[in-house]
Amino acid sequence: MKKLINAIDQVENQMVTGMAKAYPQYLRKLDCGNVVVRADKKEGKVALISGGGSGHEPAHGGYVGTGMLDAAVAGAVFTSPTPDQIYEGIKAIATDKGVLMVIKNYTGDVMNFEMAREMAEMEGIKVDQVVVNDDVAVDNSLYTVGRRGVAGTVFVHKIAGALAETGADLEDVKQIAEDVITNVRTMGMAIRPCTVPAAGVPGFELGDDEMEVGIGIHGEPGTHRETLKSADEIVDMLLDKILADIDYSGSEVAVMINGSGATPLMELFILNNRVADVLAEKGIKVYRTFVGEYMTSLEMEGFSISLLRLNDRMKELLDAHADTPAFKA
Amino acid sequence: MKAQEVTDIIRAIGKKIEEEKDFLTELDNVIGDGDHGINMARGFQTVLTKLDSLATDDIGNILKTTGMALVSTVGGASGPLYGTAFMKAGALMAGKTDMSVDDFLACLDAAVEGVKMRGRSTQGEKTMLDAMIPALEAMRQAKEEGLKTAEILLKGTQAAEAGVEYTKTIIATKGRASYLGERSIGHQDPGATSFTDMLDTVRLCVSR
Repeated sequence: MKKLINAIDQVENQMVTGMAKAYPQYLRKLDCGNVVVRADKKEGKVALISGGGSGHEPAHGGYVGTGMLDAAVAGAVFTSPTPDQIYEGIKAIATDKGVLMVIKNYTGDVMNFEMAREMAEMEGIKVDQVVVNDDVAVDNSLYTVGRRGVAGTVFVHKIAGALAETGADLEDVKQIAEDVITNVRTMGMAIRPCTVPAAGVPGFELGDDEMEVGIGIHGEPGTHRETLKSADEIVDMLLDKILADIDYSGSEVAVMINGSGATPLMELFILNNRVADVLAEKGIKVYRTFVGEYMTSLEMEGFSISLLRLNDRMKELLDAHADTPAFKA
Repeated sequence: MKAQEVTDIIRAIGKKIEEEKDFLTELDNVIGDGDHGINMARGFQTVLTKLDSLATDDIGNILKTTGMALVSTVGGASGPLYGTAFMKAGALMAGKTDMSVDDFLACLDAAVEGVKMRGRSTQGEKTMLDAMIPALEAMRQAKEEGLKTAEILLKGTQAAEAGVEYTKTIIATKGRASYLGERSIGHQDPGATSFTDMLDTVRLCVSR
């Protein structure tokens, strides 16, 4: 394993501290752990908190700021943060308007956030939650814990965050977050795995001519493996899966081409070139496109495509002012 | 069993988890996200530190402290699940300075209910419950048959081991392994394995 780190047990702490040092105008790190909150706490608005394992940078700390999140909690690499840490984050940002937790749908994340919610509610803090499950690689059936939450979560931060910034009520902010979740779908793949520092070895192995399809964001294997294809063929395959889940034809969408951490922008643009063409062919109008690293998996080489169906209200909120380290509008 | 013995057993469990860390992580790599051993070892390290500074003869307090330390350091799904299990057992033993076999079985029963509640899970979903529930049932039966404590724990460990073997044959429907669908067949569940390690440690300590 070759990484630019000091000590395995200091990876998360030094990452979060370094992020806070880089953006003091946006972030403040809490002394109690790997929690960052908005440098200037804003009263009179619903406070948004999200988080998850580390290794997804800039998610989620990079989205703390005006018009998006009020706090982000970072667990160990690819491991949900613990309830006490989430609880400290909730306490630090809570306003009389309440707190909305944006949780990605993983067994551990849901359990830890819900335990934190129970702790906060005992203190009289109003807390509600949404669970993002945009990943179409996993069937949403009785036989799984449901689809995973992946890159589409960033759209939830942006749109619900924009509405919260206006002083809207918790019920409304939760509803718009649910609307985003209902309308966003993501599918990803990888051509090279990543190595969790504490594990020291890659999460899976791939031959030179192989790719892993239906990948999540935790370095775990995807749904299946096949022979590597061209960028255009891969885009077609991922879009087929997304479009089979929601028929976006005739609607306006926001597109996110999300790099997994080690995918050059050159390749992401090559991928988007095809995405744009296929969507145009299918009569799907692209309102905004986001290409870059939004929700990574350490140094994994791969990407995901997210499509979000927009209505006029969501378009307005997507374009509303946001100023965070990793997302500006 | 007095408080000191309970503390000693938890220490022994911590040592066992540390020894099994790489194996548990390897199991998790195949069907999960490859951190079960790492996370559990980190959790028990904190448990041991907390127990060092805990001078009490209240067994409930010891179990509760263990659970809280696991919840606040393990993360993932195992943290809330094992944390809840120990905390539920701790609530049951609150104020007690002695633990009988019946108490131990009642604690395990409370732990099973806690894990079911927290994980919204049941038997047959390729989770730690597939080792916990058969172990509890086997030990209850052994107790009814009038077997000695060491024999009861042996029956329990054997049932847990059989439960781990059973997890190889089924599809995961809870946790990250569920994303693999049929690809999860053939692999044993890391959580069921770590529970079996814990129960086997209790057995070895008591039999000594």
